[in-house]
Amino acid sequence: MLSIQDKLHILSYAAKYDASCASSGAKRSSNGKGIGHSDGAGICHSYTPDGRCISLLKLLLTNYCTYDCVFCVNRVSSDIRRARLTPEEVVSLTLNFYKRNYIEGLFLSSGIIQSPDYTMEQLVRVARLLRTVHHFGGYIHIKAIPGASQLLLHEAGLYADRLSANIELPTQQDLVQLAPEKKSNVIEATMAEIHMRMQETEDGRKRLQSTPKFAPAGQSTQMVVGATPATDRDIIYRASTLYKSYQLRRVYYTGFSPFPEADARLPLKPSPMMREHRLYQADWLMRFYGFEANEIVADDDLNLDLDTDPKMSWARRNPHLFPVDVNAAPREMLLRVPGIGCGNVERILRIRRYHQLSAADLKKLHVRWRDAAQFIVATDHMPLEVASLRAEVSTAMQMSLFQQAAVSALTGVL
Amino acid sequence: MAAALPLLTLRHVDVPPNFEAWRTLAREALMRGDAPETIDFRDATVAAPQSLISTSSELRVVPTERKAYVSALFLEKARVVAAHRDPQRWNLLFRLLYRLQSNRNLLKIEVDADVSAMLRMEQQVRRDIHKMHAFVRFRSMMDQHGEHMIAWYNPEHRILELAAPFFAERFAVMRWSIFTPDASVAWDPLVKQLQFGPGAGRESAPAEDEMEELWKTYYSGIFNPARLNPSVMRSHMPVKYWGQLPEVALIPTLIQSAGERVNEMVQLQTSKPSAAPFVPERHSLPALREAMPGCRGCDLYKCATQVVPGAGGAHAPLMLVGEQPGDQEDLEGKPFVGPAGKLLRKALEEIHVTSKEVFMTNAVKHFKFTQRGKRRMHQSPRMSEITACKPWLLAEIDAVKPKLIVCLGASAAKSLLGGTFALMRDRGKVLSTPFAEHVMATVHPSAVLRAPDHAMREQLFHHLRDDLASALQFVRRAA
Repeated sequence: MLSIQDKLHILSYAAKYDASCASSGAKRSSNGKGIGHSDGAGICHSYTPDGRCISLLKLLLTNYCTYDCVFCVNRVSSDIRRARLTPEEVVSLTLNFYKRNYIEGLFLSSGIIQSPDYTMEQLVRVARLLRTVHHFGGYIHIKAIPGASQLLLHEAGLYADRLSANIELPTQQDLVQLAPEKKSNVIEATMAEIHMRMQETEDGRKRLQSTPKFAPAGQSTQMVVGATPATDRDIIYRASTLYKSYQLRRVYYTGFSPFPEADARLPLKPSPMMREHRLYQADWLMRFYGFEANEIVADDDLNLDLDTDPKMSWARRNPHLFPVDVNAAPREMLLRVPGIGCGNVERILRIRRYHQLSAADLKKLHVRWRDAAQFIVATDHMPLEVASLRAEVSTAMQMSLFQQAAVSALTGVL
Repeated sequence: MAAALPLLTLRHVDVPPNFEAWRTLAREALMRGDAPETIDFRDATVAAPQSLISTSSELRVVPTERKAYVSALFLEKARVVAAHRDPQRWNLLFRLLYRLQSNRNLLKIEVDADVSAMLRMEQQVRRDIHKMHAFVRFRSMMDQHGEHMIAWYNPEHRILELAAPFFAERFAVMRWSIFTPDASVAWDPLVKQLQFGPGAGRESAPAEDEMEELWKTYYSGIFNPARLNPSVMRSHMPVKYWGQLPEVALIPTLIQSAGERVNEMVQLQTSKPSAAPFVPERHSLPALREAMPGCRGCDLYKCATQVVPGAGGAHAPLMLVGEQPGDQEDLEGKPFVGPAGKLLRKALEEIHVTSKEVFMTNAVKHFKFTQRGKRRMHQSPRMSEITACKPWLLAEIDAVKPKLIVCLGASAAKSLLGGTFALMRDRGKVLSTPFAEHVMATVHPSAVLRAPDHAMREQLFHHLRDDLASALQFVRRAA
């Protein structure tokens, strides 16, 4: 018989491969009957030495699983210790941790036991207990089990702030190879169901304010990067489609990292952290900077440059659009200047109505001057060599053409 | 002799550490027409240095016609900045207030030196409030009124009043208190009002809490050693906040052991037990039988008497794969000679299979057991052992080239049909796999022997016999 401490260790250990720990995006006032509220901003209550935040109690209800996904530590064929928490045990841990201000709430997932519906019903039970019996007002994120019935998904969304169905791997081909029981059309059908329900509820709330909210912090998903040969281009296009089709709040990218009892088909080395970082930068460009997927990865490139951030790479490919006058350019163009973040764009727009910005002013705003200087005009600043920049870029392009020619000469592939 | 300069009289005003006090004093100064260079708002909590400049601290109010202008935005920010510990904050705020009178858009010019200084202070205080919301840790204490949650916390700035409403809303139904060196605050769900009081030391909170062990368990479980990145951790959770966090005690060990843990994982992954290195290149039955006793692909050889290779028709169209040899098989070195084997042979006789038509073997070639007194009790092989032994099974399949393989029981089915194969749902169906064109699964004869009652035993035996019959029909039709 495992103690609660053993179970907690096994099931948090097994849950850490889900990257999301966000607790933002949903406001929930105190209800006067139970503990908990959320002011919408999200709080990180601690950080582990991997640099990741702890905002939620992230647990699997059980790490028993009937699926055999090669990239997953909990797959049926892996020789790990297994455990199962009862819904009541999860509820008690959540409340006790929350009362001591350790966490913002609960992120509950599970291995697939018996069937998607059975598993989903277990997850919903925990959320139902928390919300209706204990009047818990903290954050709840529930994993939507692909293939679970509409009814269960609908109930889950009533209690949860966020639902997420994991896309797992970037392409359908990857899934066939590494997650034989998972089908991207089933996963996407679950996302579509959640999305549709969210829209219905939104429409309902326009007519009747008291219509209960449905997953107010939206839905997110996650894919493992670096376990398969899928390119950054595949990944970014995939993410872009997901954002557009289901209005996801977030796509999380987890660089593959070795785990206990990993399958021999997987890489032995972790995917470089920088790759994950560049993908997140690309993701941000799509969500906050108005970039389209096809602008981020150059036509002749399949992967992002690990040495240069994607915004800089884009600017270098488009020298004809620069320099940009910070005192006159429209928001859309300011957003495309390397070294200027979206917060600073808003600041610049506010300030310039009353005050023309100089180079010193921009430095005071912590614009990354080293990157921005060559692309902008300010009251007392002009890129030293706009012309030489253009020259540099065209040489760079020639260089890359030359390299390609060299490669194709070696491989015989054009 | 130097010309006598007109002596600038600097007025000193001592400001207690709260915003409303400064607001009153600042309003009076503005009414008097004091300019920022002629007045010094001193932090009353900081000992004032002896000044050589003559000072006057009497407050004479000169009524003026001027009406002070102040924007809601300024008040909102000033209230936050007032909590900052920088003694110069009062003078900065007054300078801004003074300049605001002639330039009402001043606060929008965020690059102005005074405005940016204020914004920086505001940001520092807000961050401190946010970190307090994150890093306060309550400890539970029981007294005559029930549970009381108590925390001690040391914020960088004087933020208790600004930070407390958050806790009042979040823990409205809980009785709690927070102590800081400067002040304390308490909440009683019956009174529903924040009660502020004097500051207190660390000892004002309980020394421990029963949940902290579980919290630490969680903290170490959720940490991924393969992504070690302590500098990012420190930038989000600077050491100055570590004082009251129970989990930070684990950090040194977690960091230290991370590398080793990752190496272990990788080593395990590369050194997965496998029989592959022991399987000869030529897959003929005699060659396999000769090589098999030398197998060290997993640890099962250590306790078993001998290896048990498959036996039967060398080119049999039907191959039966069981789980592993039992006690008797282990002693005799032949498959299916124990009680379960006898039952299997009975089923085969009933459907008239000739000995040349069938080859019998096991998914795992060594007997796995636990010793109970004098008896050796069968123990199911683990998935890793089944996988390790699979090269032998594949080599036997290659040597015999059967038309159809029948897996007896779940272990054999897992080996050839994957970990998720559901035996009772899919038994008797002819499936195709990468290892063999036609594979079927049925119940293991020992499952028949273990059946709880006679009726069940009958039923399972019929399943076994009927599935075998349809398998035989399949291979005879194919031939």
